[in-house]
Amino acid sequence: MLDFLASVGSVFFAFLTSTGRLAIFAGTALSHCFRPPFYPRLILRQIIDIGYYSLPVVGLTAIFTGMVLALQTYTGFSRFAAESAVSTVVVLSVTRELGPVIAGLMVAGRIGAAIAAELGTMKVTDQIDALSTLSTNPFKYLIVPRLIAGLVTLPVLVLVADIIGVFGGFIVGTYKLGFNPGMYLSRTVDYLQANDVISGLVKAGAFGFVVALMGCYHGYHSKGGAQGVGAATTHAVVSASIMILLCNYLLTALLFANR
Amino acid sequence: MSGPKISVRGLRKSFGRKVVLDGIDIDVGRQESLVIIGGSGTGKSVLIKCIIGLIQPDAGSIKLDGQEVADLGRGDREKTMQKFGMLFQGGALFDSLPVWENVAFGLIQGRGMDRAAAKEIAIRKLAQVGLGAEVGELSPSELSGGMQKRVALARAIAAEPEIVIFDEPTTGLDPIMSDVINELIVKCVKELGITAISITHDMASARKISDRIAMIYKGKIIWTGATAEIDRSGNEYVDQFIHGRATGPIQMEVRAL
Ligand SMILES: Nc1ncnc2c1ncn2[C@@H]1O[C@H](COP(=O)(O)OP(=O)(O)O)[C@@H](O)[C@H]1O
Ligand SMILES: [Mg+2]
Repeated sequence: MLDFLASVGSVFFAFLTSTGRLAIFAGTALSHCFRPPFYPRLILRQIIDIGYYSLPVVGLTAIFTGMVLALQTYTGFSRFAAESAVSTVVVLSVTRELGPVIAGLMVAGRIGAAIAAELGTMKVTDQIDALSTLSTNPFKYLIVPRLIAGLVTLPVLVLVADIIGVFGGFIVGTYKLGFNPGMYLSRTVDYLQANDVISGLVKAGAFGFVVALMGCYHGYHSKGGAQGVGAATTHAVVSASIMILLCNYLLTALLFANR
Repeated sequence: MSGPKISVRGLRKSFGRKVVLDGIDIDVGRQESLVIIGGSGTGKSVLIKCIIGLIQPDAGSIKLDGQEVADLGRGDREKTMQKFGMLFQGGALFDSLPVWENVAFGLIQGRGMDRAAAKEIAIRKLAQVGLGAEVGELSPSELSGGMQKRVALARAIAAEPEIVIFDEPTTGLDPIMSDVINELIVKCVKELGITAISITHDMASARKISDRIAMIYKGKIIWTGATAEIDRSGNEYVDQFIHGRATGPIQMEVRAL
């Protein structure tokens, strides 16, 4: 029994330690965001890496999500003769919920892993220490550009995903379920409020930041050669995904429910 | 100004329960070339990372030009770091950048020099270590081990630091390439008038590049003396090390399988 309590205690303690460490890391990174030197070229390159190259993946997942959403809603809603609500349900689900979450998760897999692997390799081969000896702060040079890029890029990606997702629903709705295209579109727009889209974009910004942060944190702290880098990559993806789902609930509950 | 360039007293560092540095005392004179020898895993890299400021020691004093730096805050420590150039054990070249940009990195990012001017200097530094301008356009992964070490050397001296640190500059190279590197180090130290600290367990290299040798064992400096005196140190640990004998007071921690 004591053993059990001890192990529960130590797990809890380890959890607190790593949460604290992450908080300190995030705080340090944020403080460097506002102090020069800045590296606009690096930010731009990260934006292209994170945003542009994620477009195909995010676009594909968004279109299929919109399509299946239309099908499933139709199946459910036709049971009580509410088929006409399909387009509204699709647009609300996509903009408020599925767009940000699915884009976030896809980017966590693609970008979180890439960031962790790159920084992890730099760490275990002393490249990060080398930066310091060349009068360059690794936080400013490596981490800040990635965090900023994550923060500003995901909302744009999600906006694109929203449009593509709604379009996916539209295709299924008009070609397969036989809605009138004009009707479908007008119902899509009629019940949509600015806040639906904005709440999704705010979430997206938070998710982008979280993905970049977890990638940087695990990469920056990886140790022990190739194996350590592999572990860092896995941890980055898993923790970013969990944090996204957690943040998603918290943001929805605190900021956007009933609005 | 007189007094040693670097003066280390009572330096301690542990990682978790593992004591790596257990009270290091050492001085490095101005324009002196000191070599630190010692077995693998004895904390040589940790020692120099403490001196540069990459690792925060647990206790002890580090003086640079008579000024205490061990307890400086992060920002001030970064400034003192500019006095150093470092050649890392594995080279630590940035593989996302071409060779010339690696060499020019400290000038462009650290000093804010414009890229064209920095590139010119980088190509001059590459020539100093015997590499042509065309190598500058390659990526580090396209170079052989010896060439990578030379690029790393060029990068370490590019910003003309006061102190250069060489961490195992010849490890993993063939004897001829090792000697090329040794000559380059000697040349740099003499021509640039820098203070040098090198780490090695290659005795041929140590004899060639050093004015003075120090041996580290179990977290302490157990012997230091002029290079010429190393053969009559009267210290059995040093004797065992320089002759590379398996038996003696130093017990290798070979795990019984
Ligand atoms: N960042 C670190 N975290 C934990 N242990 C470390 C770290 N850096 C070095 N060590 C440990 O310190 C010891 C000395 O390492 P090092 O200075 O690299 O040895 P060497 O003399 O071969 O250069 C090793 O046992 C290593 O495992
Ligand atoms: Mg070492």
